[in-house]
Amino acid sequence: MPAPSEEMMEAIAEPAVPEVSAPRLVGHRSVIFATLAIALVLPFLVQSFLTFQLTLVLVYAIAIIGLNLLTGFNGQFSLGHSAFYALGAYVAAMLMDKVNFPYAATLPVAGIACFVFGFLFGLPALRLEGVYLALATFALAVATPQILKLSPLEYWTGGVQGIVISKPDAPYGLPLTQDQWLYFFTLLVTVIMTLLAHNLVASRTGRAMMAIRDNPTAARSMGINIALYKSLTFGVSALYTGVAGALGAIVVQFVAPDSFTFFLSITLLVGLVVGGVGWIPGAFFGGAFVLFVPNFAESISKGLSGAVYGVMIILLIFMLPTGAAGLVRAVTQRLRGQNIR
Amino acid sequence: MRDVAVSFGGIVALDGVSFDLHPGLIAGLIGPNGAGKTTLFNCLSRYYTPSSGDILFDGSSILAKPPHQIAHLGIGRTFQNLALFRSLSVLDNVKIGGHCRSRSDYLSDALRLPWTGRTEASLDLRSREIVAYLGLDGVLDRRVADLPFGTQKRVELARALASSPRLLLLDEPACGLNHEEVGALSTSIRQIRDDLDVTILVVEHHMNLVMSISDRVIALNFGRKIAEGVPAQVQQDAQVISAYLGAGHA
Repeated sequence: MPAPSEEMMEAIAEPAVPEVSAPRLVGHRSVIFATLAIALVLPFLVQSFLTFQLTLVLVYAIAIIGLNLLTGFNGQFSLGHSAFYALGAYVAAMLMDKVNFPYAATLPVAGIACFVFGFLFGLPALRLEGVYLALATFALAVATPQILKLSPLEYWTGGVQGIVISKPDAPYGLPLTQDQWLYFFTLLVTVIMTLLAHNLVASRTGRAMMAIRDNPTAARSMGINIALYKSLTFGVSALYTGVAGALGAIVVQFVAPDSFTFFLSITLLVGLVVGGVGWIPGAFFGGAFVLFVPNFAESISKGLSGAVYGVMIILLIFMLPTGAAGLVRAVTQRLRGQNIR
Repeated sequence: MRDVAVSFGGIVALDGVSFDLHPGLIAGLIGPNGAGKTTLFNCLSRYYTPSSGDILFDGSSILAKPPHQIAHLGIGRTFQNLALFRSLSVLDNVKIGGHCRSRSDYLSDALRLPWTGRTEASLDLRSREIVAYLGLDGVLDRRVADLPFGTQKRVELARALASSPRLLLLDEPACGLNHEEVGALSTSIRQIRDDLDVTILVVEHHMNLVMSISDRVIALNFGRKIAEGVPAQVQQDAQVISAYLGAGHA
């Protein structure tokens, strides 16, 4: 039986071939360019409300990437990311409202403020692990809306009323609507933030983060300064979420304490799990899920929208336990299998 | 490397143990369960701080250093029950082993500054050399968790070598290996010593392995050193025999 044995030899030899990553990379790159091309023409094809929603998908994606760096890559749980989102949003809103800051310049300020706050919060949190860290961050999430409502801060925060911001126009007389311009602005920020996160996780720093997640004892023996990486990752994660919050404030034109409740933290966590823990592009799947699926659930049943949403999440977890990441992996594997034949 | 003197006192696990390790030699650390071998290793890794005594490496105390700087000093180790980064590839595990021999920072890595590319390239090259040296090239990109136990043990060894240690601590390297794998292991341990000029301290229950590879053997029992010397000498030692076989045989 010469034919089958040859086939078998090929099958046995195949996993040892090291070049498997090369075609995947090419495929990867073309997928990225195709997605970007679609993202660039989309706002000219759809209605302005959908453009606005897509902008929010990107905003959520940035926040989810931040959460993924912390939870997915570094193994630290957080139920408090709504607080960082709120801080970013309020920093942006206050700067624009009180000192007439240009909207684009609020992003780095919001990011740095959140980095400092996240880093400082991460220091005591170093002593906490797993569910205990989740509880500590939960406390942060619960406290935030109330702190924003405090009367001594009302001059700055607007108290319960919040702050209303005006929507920016497209600069240089570009023939774009406000929604289209904000979409492109957000897209640019998203691309930069995604690229930086991608660089980070593929680097020596990223490996150290993952080593701490997988086995802290061994990581320390390899010379990794766990306290440093954990607190820096907390800061960077907060930075991402804060930039997302600032963008969200600009896009929605409004900040108010009750937009940033504990439920927002859970929304980000849902987006993280749906997209795939430890997979950066998953944030876009997750962002789209948490924005569109609750609306879809409401269109099925107004009274039971929460239940419908819940059932959808459970179904999704059963079908795709590793989120969109697992689905994409399975599809690429199948495609690659067909290419070989 | 100069002599390493280890002495502890006051704690039950180790009771005033002292010995020197000579550069370039393989030393075996033996003793029944609970003799304090792993405790001693964990002191050398700075997981535990001895209540008294001092550990000198290259003439200076390691007790002043935090645990994550032990690798920088040149002390590398493997673990009794594997402690690999299970979700990562073999190559990534070995690269993490080289963490203390490379430099980068959070910001430069995120911005992928040109110099981080050079760091990464040299780390990549070195890691691949070590992987090839230990015959792991075939599983370079495989996830560690998917590999058989014996292979995972080799990955741990490769990871420890990536930190360019001058003192290599092997905690029961033969544990869980089959007969052939033990044979291959003793060859590689000696070869590593010869090729890389590294001092090796092995904790091991597998007597044949310890006695065949060690230049010196140190025997512990109940936290005390009961014998030290060349393998043949320690094997004949009455206290060692009684510790292993029970007092009646002494």
